[in-house]
Formats: sequence, C-alpha cells, structure tokens
Amino acid sequence: MKKTRLQLMLCGGSGCQATGSRKFQDALEKELKHTRLDQEIKVIETGCNGFCAVGPVMLVQPEGIFYQKLKPEDVPELVEEHFLKGRPVKRLQYVEPASKETIPNMHDIPFFAHQKFRVMRNKGIIDPEVIDEYIARDGYFGAAKALTQMSPEQIISEMKISGLRGRGGAGFPTGLKWEFAAKSPGNIKYVLCNADEGDPGAFMDRSILEADPHAVLEGMLIAARAINAGRGYIYCRTEYPLALHRLDVAIKQAREYGLLGKNILESGFDFDIEVYQGAGAFVCGEETALMRSIEGKRGMPRPRPPFPANKGLWEKPTVLNNVETLANIPQIILNGGEWYASIGTETSKGTKVFALTGAVNNIGLVEVPMGITLRQMIYDIGGGIPNKRKFKAVQLGGPSGGCIPAQCLDTPIDYEEIAKVGAIMGSGGVIVMDEKTCMVDMARFFLDFIQDESCGKCIPCREGTRRLLETIEQICQGNGKPEDIQTLETLSEVIKNSSLCGLGQTAPNPVLSTLRYFKDEYIAHIVEKKCPAKRCTALLDFKIDAEQCKKCGLCFKACPANAITWQKKEVAIIDNEKCIECMSCFEACRFNAIN
Amino acid sequence: MPTPTQLNHPDISPEMVPEIDGIIGAHYRTDGAVIPVLRLCQDIVGYLPMELIDYISYGLNLPRSEVLGVATFYSLFSLIPKGRHTIKACLGTACYVKGIKEVMTRISNEFNVKEGETTSDRRFSLEAVRCLGACGLAPVVVVDQDTHGGVSASQVKSLLEKYD
Repeated sequence: MKKTRLQLMLCGGSGCQATGSRKFQDALEKELKHTRLDQEIKVIETGCNGFCAVGPVMLVQPEGIFYQKLKPEDVPELVEEHFLKGRPVKRLQYVEPASKETIPNMHDIPFFAHQKFRVMRNKGIIDPEVIDEYIARDGYFGAAKALTQMSPEQIISEMKISGLRGRGGAGFPTGLKWEFAAKSPGNIKYVLCNADEGDPGAFMDRSILEADPHAVLEGMLIAARAINAGRGYIYCRTEYPLALHRLDVAIKQAREYGLLGKNILESGFDFDIEVYQGAGAFVCGEETALMRSIEGKRGMPRPRPPFPANKGLWEKPTVLNNVETLANIPQIILNGGEWYASIGTETSKGTKVFALTGAVNNIGLVEVPMGITLRQMIYDIGGGIPNKRKFKAVQLGGPSGGCIPAQCLDTPIDYEEIAKVGAIMGSGGVIVMDEKTCMVDMARFFLDFIQDESCGKCIPCREGTRRLLETIEQICQGNGKPEDIQTLETLSEVIKNSSLCGLGQTAPNPVLSTLRYFKDEYIAHIVEKKCPAKRCTALLDFKIDAEQCKKCGLCFKACPANAITWQKKEVAIIDNEKCIECMSCFEACRFNAIN
Repeated sequence: MPTPTQLNHPDISPEMVPEIDGIIGAHYRTDGAVIPVLRLCQDIVGYLPMELIDYISYGLNLPRSEVLGVATFYSLFSLIPKGRHTIKACLGTACYVKGIKEVMTRISNEFNVKEGETTSDRRFSLEAVRCLGACGLAPVVVVDQDTHGGVSASQVKSLLEKYD
C-alpha cells in the first residue's frame, strides 16, 4: 500500500449515505484531483462510524480531526483551508450543545470519549471492502491461532473463561453452546450467523456488518473449528442492502486469500460461508424459525428439545450466534479469555453495543463496558434529552423488552440487573422517551408490531396479542373500562406461560412493564379520559389554553387545514369544525398551550 | 386445474419467461430454494401473480400450497401489483416517537391510498415497514431507493411530487 499524507475516513454507513455522503465524496474526489492533491491525500469510504445523528461524518487521519454534517458545498473550503494550508475548518466541527465549545478531535467528543471499543474497534478506521486493512489490524490472527495452535477443546475452554454471553438477547453462554454442539455426534455440522436484526430501533448488527464484515467471518471460522463444522450460513435481512454487499465482497476476498474454502492455512480444515437473505419476518430471529427459513419453509418456531446443538439446520448439529457475539470472538482467541473478562461485572463480561435512539441528543451507535449505568449512557454519551424536555423512560430490548423509569436510571448494564427492573438486555436497542411520549400509546405500538409479526402457530400469541391490542386501543380511544387493567394483566400472564417461542413468551412485556411503572397513565386514560402526554388524539380537546398561549402564531403557521385564527398579540383560536386533528399545532407549540 | 406449463398473464411479457425459466432451472435441485426463487422472480415481474406461483411450484416440483404458504408468510412478497414508485414509511420505534403516524396519514389523504395498497393510476404503492435501521434520521420515508430523513407531514406533497 502506498503511503499518503492524509487519510480522509468518510463514513459510508446507511445513515450517512442517506444524508448525502456519496454526493460529498464525489465532490471531494473531484476537487482533490483538480488541485492535484489526490496523490498525497486518500479518501476512504468506511463502515458506520456510529455517530449517525450528525452525518455525513468524516475523520481526518492521522490528525484525528472530526467533521460533521458535510455538504458538497463545503469541499472547496475544506481542501483550501485544511488540506492545503493546514488550518482545520472550525465551522464544520462538533459543537458541544451545553458549553457551545468546538471540539476538533474525535476522541475528545464526549460521545466517543466515554465508549470502549472492542467489537467496533475497526469502525471508521479501515476500509471494510479491503481485506488487507483488516489483516493489518491483527485480523485473522485469532483464526490462525485457533486453526494452527489450538485444539477444539482449548478454543471452547478459552470461550468459557471469557464469560461471553449471547448478544442476541437471551444471554446464553457462548462457550457452553459450542460445547454442546461439539459433543453432539455427526459428521455434518453447521455454524449460523443470525443477522436478522428485526427489533425496531436497533441497528447494531447492520453497523458491524457494514464496518467490519471480516470480524464476523473470522468469528464464524473459529466457531466452525471448535465444533468441527464444514459449512456456515449468514442469515441477513433483505432490508440491509449495503451489509449484504459488504458481506459478499468480504467472503470473496477471504476465499481468494485462502481463509475460507479447502485446507485453510494448511491446517487441513475446510470451511465455507454462504449468505442467505431473509424475506421479512420478525419471528425468523428465533433460532428454530431461522433454520426453517433457510430450509425454504415458512419461518415458524418448533418446540425445543431437541435443541439446535443436537438437531438444528436440516436436522444436523448447529450453532447459531448473533453478529455481535461473533465479532467478539477473534479478539478473545487472540488475547485470551482472561483479557476479555477483565472488564464487566460478575456475570456480564466485556462490552455491549447499543443503538441509542429516540429523544436523546447524540443518536447513534455506542459501545460501552458492561457495568456502567443507564444514566451514564444516556447523559454522558447520549448528551441528555433535547429541547429542555424531561426524561420519562428508556425502553430496552425492543418488543420483548420493557420500559425503565427515571427512578431506576442508576441500574448498571448487566443481564441480571436489567432483568430485575423489568426489562431485558435484548439485542441492544435503547429508545429514550421524554415527557411527550404516552406510555399507553407506546404499549399499543409494540403490541401492534407483535400481533402483526406473530407467526400464528400458537393460539395464545396469535389471538391473545390481538385481544391485548384491542383492549389498549379502546383505552386510547377513551372507551376504557376500569376492569381493563385486570384483563390486561391476566391475559398477559396466560400468553407468557403458554406460548412456544421467545416471541410469544415476551410479547406481553411492553404491557406488563408500562403497567408496572406507569399505571397512573392508564388510569388517567380510563377514568379521567385524559392523555397526560397529549399523544392520544381521541382524548384531546384541540383547544388553546389562553393563559399559556404566548400569542406567537406558530400553531397558526403549522395548521394545514386553516383551522386556526390568529392575529399579532392575540391568543390563537382553533375552529373545531375545520380541525382535522393532525397534531401539527401540538408539535409546533413550544409552550404546551394546546389541550 | 390445467398443468401450468405456459405463462399467460398480462403483466408477464414474453421476454420475462426465459429469465424465469432460467431461475427455476438453476435452483431446481437445491434444497430450500423456494425463497430465493420467489425473490428473483418478483424482481423480474414486480410482484407474484397467482399464475406465476403455479408455474414456480410446477417447475420446482413442490405442492402449490407450500409455495403459496411461503409467499404469503414473508412480507417481502406481494401477490398484488405494485405502483411505479414504492413509498416505505418506517414504523420503527424511533420514527414512531418522532411522528411517522402523521406523515402516513398525510400521504394517505393526499394520494388517496391506504397502507398496503396501490393508487388507482399505479403511481404509488404505500407500505408500512419495520425499522429500517436509520433511526438517527427519524422519521424516515424511503421512496424507491431514496431515503428521506426528518420528514414532516407538511413536506409530504413537495417530497413526492418529483416521483411521477
């Protein structure tokens, strides 16, 4: 590889591509060529940087200068000032919202400074479509060690020492899972990678696949060696075209380098990987359903036992690991299980990647050591709640998870501790909600998702979630009855106890956890027929509170139906005949003056 | 039922038939081929008319019920025609919190199309999709291949105007 003066690490993740990184890249490359800097400055498209909220983003190496919200128009100034004259462009750098201070260096920005990068150590640093760059960062060294210096028993023992638990949600110890499959008799075995990331609000696996696909391939190769599997499949959602493309490129390159295929690294071991595209079914994230889907059937779960370690894909012993779990493995083998276990809590080791979204300033992907508190994650890394609103709850674990209220914010990130407060670690979706979120409406949202995605096999899940949804919809409509709360609780217990798979067993969690902490909101909806967060339109009056109104006219400007009359220095009035209840005025009003 | 050895359907042109035959031929002996075959055929025709389902099940030597069962189980497959442009509104949590509901309602009213349907002039199909993983840009609407972030209800009309 040729040496260059500067490397411009431009994020090419899905988030940045959507905000225009491609157009910026074209303009940048053109300008560099035009100014003849293209020999000494190299533009590298990287995987997801994680700080999606301020995209497109670019890191200038080796200086470590971080630029955000880049537009093609910014190119001439950047090239002239920074790349030619060495004066970084301040207006394109990160500004700390609280202190209004400009922070030039990426590692000083609080969003990055509080993180600990293990799984995402290569994100934004290497070009994910060039295998040499991965190898230069010790890539495939773990696999080489596993294949040439370690026995399968030693690999499994190292995994057990590391304490790594499945990052897909359930948290089953990975080493133990491998041991079961390794001991299972049979010549044909499979290693599967679960990249069917379906939880709404979660995008960790997509980012890992986009930023560092080889880490996942290497993890699979080590797993294959441990259980003696000859073939692997990556089951990836079809909604992730960039991740699918990067996987294809990575697999081709690994084959060319002899890291997949026959007699890998002269060890006599054969292993190859194929990508299987999902077709859009949430339940296929469940292991037995995923295997059914690869077999070309409707993705419906089946009872366990037999467990996949004994009878999995095509009835053969199978190990299924999540993307993040697999991306951890190369470093565990290279640095040892004890190194890995050196951070974390008693029962939860290493780091966890979270997709931090919702009502939080710094939306993006974060990797934190196990054991830090939710408060640290939301406030120190996430930068707190925007628009001076109040924190209300944080939702962890997607549709199967639960809402955690303000009084539990000091809960450490740990599988058991999070379960104690009524949520689950889950795959890593973290949705922060402010006072404008209605918890009944939130439960309704997740139930709508679950009842739609229920595969229909078990009646408690198929029918029960619909009844739950109907009951909650009635409450949101203002037709709730006092006995509804009891009905919701009883029905939830039945669904939980009598469903076959994880989807059904956890389906009532959104209801149970909101009832646990926010019962007063349910009561307000049912008894007072009020929605305290002002989200449920049926319970709103669409009237302006004259005392609160600051006569600014923002609601008047926002109304698409011309239903609001307003003049300067006068309180606005909504004409309820014309009002289409679209909520535009609620969003526009900054003084909470509309009821 | 006659043996579906010929594909006669207004939406399947004669040029498409050899392509479809090629896909079926390439997957004929592969286990678990139904999903990839349905996907590739849908890519060609735009959706999966019943005649095509019959043709595929005959070609793969599988019961019609099994192929139709798979086609109806997964949300990727559509048995009804699609519009020239597909609007996907993300109903993920982040988008929901940030107001995708209002955006959806506006699209429905503006173009007289319900979720899961196609406008009568086949201009737009409106789909509600699960999290697209672009939560940083919420609320997100994807039109064909273009991702639009931070969309508000009032932007809907001007946003969709250019897709004819």
